[in-house]
Amino acid sequence: MKIHEYQAMQLLKRYGVAIPAGITIDDPSQADAALDQLHAECAAEQFVIKAQVHAGGRGKGGGVKFSPDRASALANIETILGMTLVTHQTGAEGRLVKKVMVAQALDIKQELYAAITLDRTQSMDVFMVSTEGGMEIEEVARTSPEKIVREAIHPGFGLRLFQARALAQALGLEGTAAKQAVAMFQKLYKLYQELDCSIVEINPLIVTGQGDLVALDSKINLDDNALYLHPDLAAMRDLEEEDPAEVDAGKYDLNYIKLDGTVGCMVNGAGLAMATMDIIKQVGGSPANFLDVGGGANVETVKNGFRIILSDPNVKAVLINIFGGIVRCDRIANGIIEAVKDLDLNVPVVVRLAGTNADIAKELLANSGVAIISADSFEDAANKVVKAAQG
Amino acid sequence: MSILVNKNSKIIVQGITGSEGGFHAAQCLEYGHNVVGGVTPGKGGQTALEGAVPVFNSCAEARRATGANVSLIFVPPPFAADAIMEAAAAGIELIVCITEGIPIAQMVEVKAFVQQTGSRFIGPNCPGILTPDEAKVGIMPGFIAQKGRVGVISKSGTLTYEAVHQLCAEGLGQSTCIGIGGDPIIGTSMKELLELFEADSETDAVVMIGEIGGSMEIEAAQFAKDHMSKPVIGFIAGQTAPPGRRMGHAGAIVSGADESAAAKKKLMAECGIHVVESPADIGRTVVKVCA
Repeated sequence: MKIHEYQAMQLLKRYGVAIPAGITIDDPSQADAALDQLHAECAAEQFVIKAQVHAGGRGKGGGVKFSPDRASALANIETILGMTLVTHQTGAEGRLVKKVMVAQALDIKQELYAAITLDRTQSMDVFMVSTEGGMEIEEVARTSPEKIVREAIHPGFGLRLFQARALAQALGLEGTAAKQAVAMFQKLYKLYQELDCSIVEINPLIVTGQGDLVALDSKINLDDNALYLHPDLAAMRDLEEEDPAEVDAGKYDLNYIKLDGTVGCMVNGAGLAMATMDIIKQVGGSPANFLDVGGGANVETVKNGFRIILSDPNVKAVLINIFGGIVRCDRIANGIIEAVKDLDLNVPVVVRLAGTNADIAKELLANSGVAIISADSFEDAANKVVKAAQG
Repeated sequence: MSILVNKNSKIIVQGITGSEGGFHAAQCLEYGHNVVGGVTPGKGGQTALEGAVPVFNSCAEARRATGANVSLIFVPPPFAADAIMEAAAAGIELIVCITEGIPIAQMVEVKAFVQQTGSRFIGPNCPGILTPDEAKVGIMPGFIAQKGRVGVISKSGTLTYEAVHQLCAEGLGQSTCIGIGGDPIIGTSMKELLELFEADSETDAVVMIGEIGGSMEIEAAQFAKDHMSKPVIGFIAGQTAPPGRRMGHAGAIVSGADESAAAKKKLMAECGIHVVESPADIGRTVVKVCA
């Protein structure tokens, strides 16, 4: 699960990590009070206004503005709150900015990078630092991988002191900043571990003109599987940052991801769902979505699946591809028949059923009187649905 | 021979008194007649599967009483990590965990723990293992497979069934089919299974079905290039998946350039893997390669 920057900052503060003073507001009328409070707290004269959306690349998109005085801060708050921010991660439609963080601007001497995440190849968490702060780390990894220094963290022993020192040293830190780094890295690992994060990223981690280490921007993602252990973190979910159809699907244990094609898909199993999208593309169509109805598919899930697929106006045809193992195809067939009758379908539906009770299911569909195009194989289904979508 | 499980396997089911565990344990018993017991803490002394097998309080007890060497786990996510460790501590040789949704941090610990015991661990979040006509340890539908000489390794459940279905349609049976799971941390990698299939006298070729995310397929392909005499036929699901989006499986997310389907297929082909472009061509490609 993703959380906002301001929420990540709250968590960093809880763990004693140095962050700039900041206040998050959702209405321009709160701007004056926020600036007054920051001035009172830390004598801030200069500010940074930062859009709070779940997407990277905010700075390039105009969602982060340095404001050298109060007047420009007020103007920037006015501009950014309510703007539609487009970044390389939001897609062309962009994201409406509903909250901004007003933060104290700091004197930056050096920009560094620090992150903790899972290293799948080693099955261990890894602490990464780089002197190339402020840049996208993927870019650093591609162009100068030697500038990323890693320490693998053994689950039984945690991040050891010598490892934290080695990381600080790799950043070229000395004196106070080095001491602060060692302490901060241990706090970051504690946060990562105790809160079941999937990533904690500080970018940039800065050294101020006074020689202090401060986490200027942070990204924290949480492990969905562990949210049941952290109800307070689960409550940080911002449904407005997610696609409404995807949120709706989640309520019925459907896993739906909207794409921009014209062929809607309903499949059981994530791997087969991806493969179904792939074959649609290979025979000349384009998938409108990923939809995994899961192992417990029944009449209700199929009906809801249909409803969600058809909420996308781009969908010109639907392919249902079910390989029954635990899922019985006859149950799926009944779901399809009910859904087609109830939902007043106006797009062609191609159905391919295989596995448990597939024969019974085919007979049910054939005798139902509903307009369904039946397919015998995976390939046959893809060809038929793409043809139907091209109408 | 086959790999991992056969007709001599003795299987216990952890979580056998739960509805899912009970249902699938009964199917496994019916398929291979080699489920010898179950484990549910606090329910030792009872029986399960309509009196067919005894229930024990712990894996250690179950192993002592039945000589079990395989454990199949259907324990709910909050307790599954512990169940895996318990099986490993009891000296169970092969542990298969079906449970989906185990916190990743717990799996990091499980992986380190199991490695020390010498047990082999498959999963979690996987459909398990099927050696046709001999043993079923998991939730794969037994009737879709037939005995033969093609090994199948896959990250996914139903896509495995699709591949097996295509193989059977071409008249090719399977030696063993393994679903390794789609989580970021899993017990046994594709490479380790290729190693077992290479050594198995009853396997002639291996179908390897991967997906976007991680680098396991690449590691396996490198191994095949350097150490395998048997052909490997590979497919990667998710060529149309947008980067940064998790496609169902927790591990199926393109977070770096090398994790896309196109990049993986290219590297696999360079290692001599017979890469299948269309998921409908898996069976046909095996026929062609083995001809």
